[in-house]
Amino acid sequence: MSLAALFVQLLNGLASASTLFLIAAGLSLIFGVTRIVNFAHGSLFMLGSYIAYSLITRVGGSGLGYWAAVLLAASAVAIIGALTEFLLLRRIYRAPELFQLLATFALTLIVQDVVLQLWGSENLVGPRAPGLKSAIFIFGRALPTYDIALIVIGPAVLGLLWLVLTRTRWGILIRAATQDRDMVAALGVNQAMLFTGVFALGAGLAGLGGALNLPREPANLGQDITAIGDAFVVVVVGGMGSIPGAFLAALLIAEIKALCIALGQVSLFGTVISFPQFTLVAEFVVMAIVLVLRPWGLLGKPQGSVRSVGQIEAPIAPAGRMLQIIGAAVLAALLVLPLISGGESYTTVLTIDILVGVLFAVSLHFIMGPGGMHSFGHAAYFGLGAYGAGLLFKNAGVPMELALIAAPIAGGLGALIFGWFCVRLSGVYLAMLTLAFAQIVWSIVFQWDELTGGSNGIIGVWPAPWLATKAAYFYLTLALCVVGVLLVRRILFAPFGYAMRAVRDSSLRADAIGIGAVRVQWTAFVIAGAICGIAGGLFAFSKGSISPETISIGRSVDGLVMVLLGGIGTLVGPIVGSVTFLTLQDSVARQTEYWRALLGLIILFLVLVFPQGIAGTIRDWSDRAWKRA
Amino acid sequence: MRRTNIVLSFACAAVFGAGVACAQDAIRIGEINSYKAQAAFLEPYKKGMELAIEEVNAGGGINGKKLDVIVRDDNANPGDAVRAAEELVSREKVSFIAGGFLSNIGVALADFAKQKKMLYLASEPLTDKIVWQGGNHYTFRLRPSTYMQVSMLVPGAAQAKKKRWAVVYPNYEYGQSAVATFKTQLQGKQGEVEFVSDQATPLGKIDAGPVAQAIADANPDAIFVVLFGADLAKFVREGETRGLFKDRFVVGLLTGEPEYIDPLKDEAPVGWWVTGYPWYAINTPEHKKFLDAYQAKYKDYPRLGSVVGYSTIMAAVAGLKKAGDLDTEKLVSAFEGLEFGTPLGKTKFRPQDHQSTMGAYVGKTALKDGKGIMVDFQYIEGAGVQPSDADVKKWRPQD
Repeated sequence: MSLAALFVQLLNGLASASTLFLIAAGLSLIFGVTRIVNFAHGSLFMLGSYIAYSLITRVGGSGLGYWAAVLLAASAVAIIGALTEFLLLRRIYRAPELFQLLATFALTLIVQDVVLQLWGSENLVGPRAPGLKSAIFIFGRALPTYDIALIVIGPAVLGLLWLVLTRTRWGILIRAATQDRDMVAALGVNQAMLFTGVFALGAGLAGLGGALNLPREPANLGQDITAIGDAFVVVVVGGMGSIPGAFLAALLIAEIKALCIALGQVSLFGTVISFPQFTLVAEFVVMAIVLVLRPWGLLGKPQGSVRSVGQIEAPIAPAGRMLQIIGAAVLAALLVLPLISGGESYTTVLTIDILVGVLFAVSLHFIMGPGGMHSFGHAAYFGLGAYGAGLLFKNAGVPMELALIAAPIAGGLGALIFGWFCVRLSGVYLAMLTLAFAQIVWSIVFQWDELTGGSNGIIGVWPAPWLATKAAYFYLTLALCVVGVLLVRRILFAPFGYAMRAVRDSSLRADAIGIGAVRVQWTAFVIAGAICGIAGGLFAFSKGSISPETISIGRSVDGLVMVLLGGIGTLVGPIVGSVTFLTLQDSVARQTEYWRALLGLIILFLVLVFPQGIAGTIRDWSDRAWKRA
Repeated sequence: MRRTNIVLSFACAAVFGAGVACAQDAIRIGEINSYKAQAAFLEPYKKGMELAIEEVNAGGGINGKKLDVIVRDDNANPGDAVRAAEELVSREKVSFIAGGFLSNIGVALADFAKQKKMLYLASEPLTDKIVWQGGNHYTFRLRPSTYMQVSMLVPGAAQAKKKRWAVVYPNYEYGQSAVATFKTQLQGKQGEVEFVSDQATPLGKIDAGPVAQAIADANPDAIFVVLFGADLAKFVREGETRGLFKDRFVVGLLTGEPEYIDPLKDEAPVGWWVTGYPWYAINTPEHKKFLDAYQAKYKDYPRLGSVVGYSTIMAAVAGLKKAGDLDTEKLVSAFEGLEFGTPLGKTKFRPQDHQSTMGAYVGKTALKDGKGIMVDFQYIEGAGVQPSDADVKKWRPQD
């Protein structure tokens, strides 16, 4: 590769960096001030693209019309963002941390179906921008003029944001709120207005990103997921809440990708290394390295603590008489279920899936709730368990029963390695590092065709003959699920569980009384990974096949949804949440063609009715009823 | 589909006074697909399927029984697909299952079918493995596979006598096996070929600018493009702006399918050698009949997905009629060597690997009235682009 080629590739990277920065800047602002993990940010980006398409195809023939349409699209998305904050998120600010993620997840489902209904399923290739349709030549290589425009627009937006944040009163308030929003509120600033404004600005930036991206990428229904992934990575690598950091991170990631693509296949020591393949996971590797070296991102600062959000969690208590009776009744009902519904019935099949989901959610809740470590990449341990058991069974000819024992070992080993790095971080950085590791595991499984079957996965992973009937497999799953759930409860009421919660609530005080925070959290991580691995192993043999989907972001998100829906502050929460979510998903999908929107609406409804999660809110209700009585 | 079900059960309720009585007079098959996740291909697919069901039932059904197709969305998730299959089998009592778009779901369903001893008619998945390395007694596949479609393109590619080739493909099994087959076959046909650039791009996330630039820097004489969907649109636009395709011979897998070329409108590539579906210029009577019926019903033109959906039902009905029974083994024997009509002509399931002989159109892309079309095309029969029976026997597990 010549120097000239490298130079032009770096210019290409700059253009991509501008788009990345625009998506990420809004997310960073929103998180910095409101601490909301806005999962719907990708949907706002996608809406920007679609709205811009509709406007531009109507009035975008002239230069003036085109750019007016772009700005209008951004404004429309800003209004949608403001409405979202005003109508929805404002109602749940006092919910436990991360609960808003659930509401924004429901929004993504709804936006998906609304966009499909309004704009149809076909990709919409937008017209080119007037006056920026061609290319100029640099060292004999064509560079589109639109890319040059983007290279200018990105830093220009950065400059404008910097001016707003440092030179206006509103900007000063935003920065103050990012540092300590309770103090800002105490000084008499109207927080509600500030939050709505920030949300509108953040959404508007996402919309602008979507509109500006239209000449480079057709508006399509996959944009929300890709955009949200990219945006989170950029924001975290740059440092949450830091706009210049986001720009730097966008630049770093885009240039590394451009470089990989430019290098192509290179022979090193006799083996051919394909650098373009690395773009599959480049941003996550960058994120992992940056977070390990700089726990708050490139330009981020340690987050100020948030004092007043949510209720203070009550200490956990052993199950009361009522709960014990309910638990025993549910277990009894489960024991006779295959007898009543028929061994091969669909009810049995669905219940197996739900039990696997329960185990998955309980293991995630173990580190998220009592452990205080939010994991966005819990699917890694699920997948390791599934592949660990599946590969031993298929490739090494190990009997199914023994292979299943390998599942928790594989999950636990993964957690042992990744946990060592993760427990050194906190908050969203920890969460994103878990996601980075999950994506790295995913990409290895996805690429290693000879061992893992690549994207197609492994087939023929069926249980041993004595477990081949659904009823038998159901009892195996039930037994392991009950053991797993009870084991987690036992650990939580043991001294180790108290130590975990002490570390979560105040690691300084815990340290002072001789509890090693890092060791406790690391152990908790490994336990969660091992139990999650069991869920993965059970899943593999219940389906007969495994594919990289078991490690996908989607599965990690499902886990979060289940835990949050049930209520992160109670021990039965993950069980209630996973049963509710999986039953809903199964039944709603059969009811209507627009099942995603319906599922989203139901989750929104649940979010508003049960702001502490289902189990958490019900506990609050019954506590209040007790007090009155 | 759901609507058809409701209408049907209402009709049944009116005639028999109960829906149950009707269920016994209908033959039920289950259909599983990623309707929401892959809407661009599967909406037309569903329309084609519904048209076929309507025609079959209007024509008296199967041996006097109505055909009832129960549709499930798998959420693009193999685990959910297997669960949907369990539900269709145990609760809906379907006689066999069909569908599948993504390859990982296709192979998962095929293995489920093998375990359950249930016939599976894989309509869409392109992976070669579903009939070869991962093939089984119970699974039949309708669409021409990756291997077959690449083999259709190779003669034209070899004729161009280009020495330096670049390849760009989505980085997963479909892209990898397409490129592997292309390389082997082109070298076999042409002898001396050099592959100067190899760009494996993440599915749905291509960095089109840098990729186009990197390929241009390698200065190939020809390019093999395996991209589709949004990736293809991005690559075509960036490549056009950068003059990448000027004086270069380009071969595009699936590029001529309306699903992928139509969104490009007046920027559709010109002069590419592609596989696809030129619905506007196919003059066979069976296609004309399908086209008229489709346009009359939907006021829209068919995509390739529509043909696949329609043909899936045609294959299912032919198989059910031939078997005359719902027993799986009898169905499997009926499907082996089964001949059935599709809008693209007579087709047959090969007994040796259960692959259908459905072919595809190969031709050059051109622009007409601001739209991308295929010209100088010909239909290549699927039967003529297969590996030797000895190879198939070697790859396919014996069962």
